[in-house]
Amino acid sequence: MTGLWWAIAAVCLGCYALKLSGLAAPRRVLDHPVVSRFAELVPVALLAALIGVQMFTHDGALAFDLARTAGLGAAVVALLLRAPFLVVLAAAAAVTAVARAFLG
Amino acid sequence: MEHTTHRSAAIRDGLGVGLAVGLSGVAFGAAAVTAGLTVPQACVLSLLAFTGASQFAFAGTVGAGGDLLAAASGALLLGARNTLYGLRMADVLQVRGARKLATAQGVIDETTAVALAQPNPAAARAGFYTTFAAVYVGWNLTTLLGAVGTSALGDPGMLGLDVVGPATFLAILWPRLKSSAELRLLAAGGMAIALAATPFFPPGVPVLLAAVAVLVVMLR
Repeated sequence: MTGLWWAIAAVCLGCYALKLSGLAAPRRVLDHPVVSRFAELVPVALLAALIGVQMFTHDGALAFDLARTAGLGAAVVALLLRAPFLVVLAAAAAVTAVARAFLG
Repeated sequence: MEHTTHRSAAIRDGLGVGLAVGLSGVAFGAAAVTAGLTVPQACVLSLLAFTGASQFAFAGTVGAGGDLLAAASGALLLGARNTLYGLRMADVLQVRGARKLATAQGVIDETTAVALAQPNPAAARAGFYTTFAAVYVGWNLTTLLGAVGTSALGDPGMLGLDVVGPATFLAILWPRLKSSAELRLLAAGGMAIALAATPFFPPGVPVLLAAVAVLVVMLR
């Protein structure tokens, strides 16, 4: 139980330090064109990777969840129709919930 | 006038993201308690670690019976992308001194994505701080709600909440994917790398490996 608290403390401190070190890095690091382009492109790759991992993996293995995929499909349709942000998310969650209820 | 419009659009984006992420906070609170964390432990993570993917990864590993060192390492590996976001945001936010210490806590996926989607620096700053405030309040309140109400809520999957995270990331990526074929290629490559790496690496590492796709695009 105490061990868990220590792990949590390490995660909290570490996560904050990681955020701060990027923000507090010397100005000249970012002035380098290679670094600034890297920093500009990285969020796109990482967010796409997060989508992939959260959508199509489970416990360290590839996994396909039809209901969740249908939900993300609904989000794509909503985005193509230029729906507002919250409508996009509501559509995704609703379609996933309904698909899951029907598919069991 | 145009600047004011951009700023209000940025503030609207931020509030929308805050509400949306609030939904996944319920999912985190529920996941944490299901994994065997106490309600205070779930809340401390949301208050102090405040980076969703790391928190989910930590709770997931603890719940799966993984050891605490692996759980913490996975969370920190995932949190490392905030360092890269911080590098990028330092340029946009231009903060100094004590303000920098507080701002640092807000450097996460959602704030960075909203800020970078704005057409000018003033709107980017408005977007960043609105998103930070909205997500911080929403995420912490709903973590508490989800943790306390886990038994009442049952399985968050029944409500389709597991798709909210990916849908959020897709919605904030969308404008950039629409505008550039190179970024679409980069996104597809990043996702493919993460999926291919998943069976072979501990949680958190595959997402970081996706940064390799950035190197490929830059060397083209």
